[in-house]
Amino acid sequence: MESFFVRFKNVLVLVAVLLVQTIALAVQVRRPVESGAPDASQVRLIRLWVVSAVTPIERLVHAVGYNVRYGWSNYIDLRHTKQQNANLEKQIAQLRMEQAALAEDAMQGHRLQALLDFKEHYISSTVAAQVVGTSGSDLSHVIYIDKGSDDGLKPDMAVITPDGIVGKTRDVFGHTSQVLLISDQTSGAGVILETTRVSAIVHGSSTGRLEITNLTQDDRIKPGEKVISSGGDQIFPRGLPVGTIASVAPDPNNPPYTMIQLTPAANLTRLEEVLIITGTQTTLPAQAQKDLAAGAATAKAQEAAKAAAAAAAQSAAEAAASSAAQIVAERLPSLHDANAPVAADGAKPAPPGPPGGIVPKPLQAIHPDRFTPGATPPAADLTPGARTTVIETPPAPAGNTPPKTDTPKSEPNPN
Amino acid sequence: MAIRSYTSRRELEQHSFPPAVTILVPLVAILLQALLPRPFPRLGVLELPLIVVVFFAVSRRNPVAGTLIGAVIGLLEDALTSNPIGVNGMAKSVIGYIAASISLQIDVDNITTRFLINFAFYLLNGALLFLVNRRLLGISDFHMEWGHQVLYAVINAVIAVPIFFLLDRAKRRD
Repeated sequence: MESFFVRFKNVLVLVAVLLVQTIALAVQVRRPVESGAPDASQVRLIRLWVVSAVTPIERLVHAVGYNVRYGWSNYIDLRHTKQQNANLEKQIAQLRMEQAALAEDAMQGHRLQALLDFKEHYISSTVAAQVVGTSGSDLSHVIYIDKGSDDGLKPDMAVITPDGIVGKTRDVFGHTSQVLLISDQTSGAGVILETTRVSAIVHGSSTGRLEITNLTQDDRIKPGEKVISSGGDQIFPRGLPVGTIASVAPDPNNPPYTMIQLTPAANLTRLEEVLIITGTQTTLPAQAQKDLAAGAATAKAQEAAKAAAAAAAQSAAEAAASSAAQIVAERLPSLHDANAPVAADGAKPAPPGPPGGIVPKPLQAIHPDRFTPGATPPAADLTPGARTTVIETPPAPAGNTPPKTDTPKSEPNPN
Repeated sequence: MAIRSYTSRRELEQHSFPPAVTILVPLVAILLQALLPRPFPRLGVLELPLIVVVFFAVSRRNPVAGTLIGAVIGLLEDALTSNPIGVNGMAKSVIGYIAASISLQIDVDNITTRFLINFAFYLLNGALLFLVNRRLLGISDFHMEWGHQVLYAVINAVIAVPIFFLLDRAKRRD
């Protein structure tokens, strides 16, 4: 018997080690499998020991690296700061305009939600944390952050960046937490396709890609469509960016379904700082309400400015039209009174009377004839059937003698 | 008592390491494995703990020591992941055992041999992880891209050769 153990010592040790670990695995695995669930207490203890041993060194390395980078970027490498500041100011101005444009719609939406008794969840409090380490395994997409239960963190809290969702807290220790990334194959989140409003579940894969595999063929779903959180998983608040559809193809493993691959909105491979959502509320946070009110006020100010600008433009147009009439009146020589007094500023005053000016009387004719104004007797003096007295104009004599007006000669009356 | 000739490879080339090296090298490997992928995401393909397991196993030429070293390093690795503890532990226990066993038969100081055993053990590690996840844990949607695994195995084998030479300096002949 002794020789058996001595002879097969190596194999027996291997079998014993494997057996112990198999039993340990069996203890850890729960049915049904809860993906991404925190560990049981005894497993948590083993992780706590290892994490407690490793994370202080990770924190130290991270702190050294961070301070070097911080010192470099904030005190030495300031070449483009001015330009960046100008760009950011422009961006702020642009965002204010956009905010003002959206504020009215948002307020209307809130009023309608209140009418429908719809409970929206808004982010009310967050904790910022630095990423200090990773799992080190390609098959487990996990990061470690420098905040834990002492900072108010609990398991299953949403972890985000301004770009989009990152994952959720899994195991939370005193000063450190393990964050299960959304790209891990045990991870998942409820999502909505932004344009088509189709609900789905996104999960990670062994290769670290985000996938949706629970949708059947739909021609409306196309690459480039944005995907946002639906809030249905009770972890991620509704409306946070999740990613963009990169490809849509039939799933070879599940024939009626399609394999939709996403590009994550947050850069999951280069995370530096993250936000952990520690609280949500059904009403809009005070700061957001203030921002919304400011946006609405800006929108009203914009409208008032637009109205004032329109009124100014109208009066300017009217002034331009009247000045055009004046210019025309000045340029017409028959309507221009050369003897009008000149104003002090050089501008001639508008002539009094009708807008067209006074029609001048014709000058007295040198050689009056029957067509000369005033030569024709009034109609009351004329006798019907009588011949009209004709004033004959003799041909003008040569020389400077003024023309002699002939005495009107009456025709002999035949009677 | 087993009789060995003095030309036996075990008798000639069995090495040991100072306790500090035995403890610190695996810890540093795990620490680097956890730290490097953050600033350099592409370094996530490296499997430094596996390289260390293979190195200690083939240097000690003792299957029991190889099994235990593999188990400890694998369990430490598991503790930092979200996987159940024991997945990597089982895979690396087997690799430590096999590496120590074959080191009794072949010359592991040769560069080509070192490259090949690291290449082969990387693929074996992947296969064992696949089996444990699919069969023992019942994760049916656990997939592995074997084309990528072969490429990563080559990269790890290339990296392992200089690491082996570096760690050779800490060897102490018994």
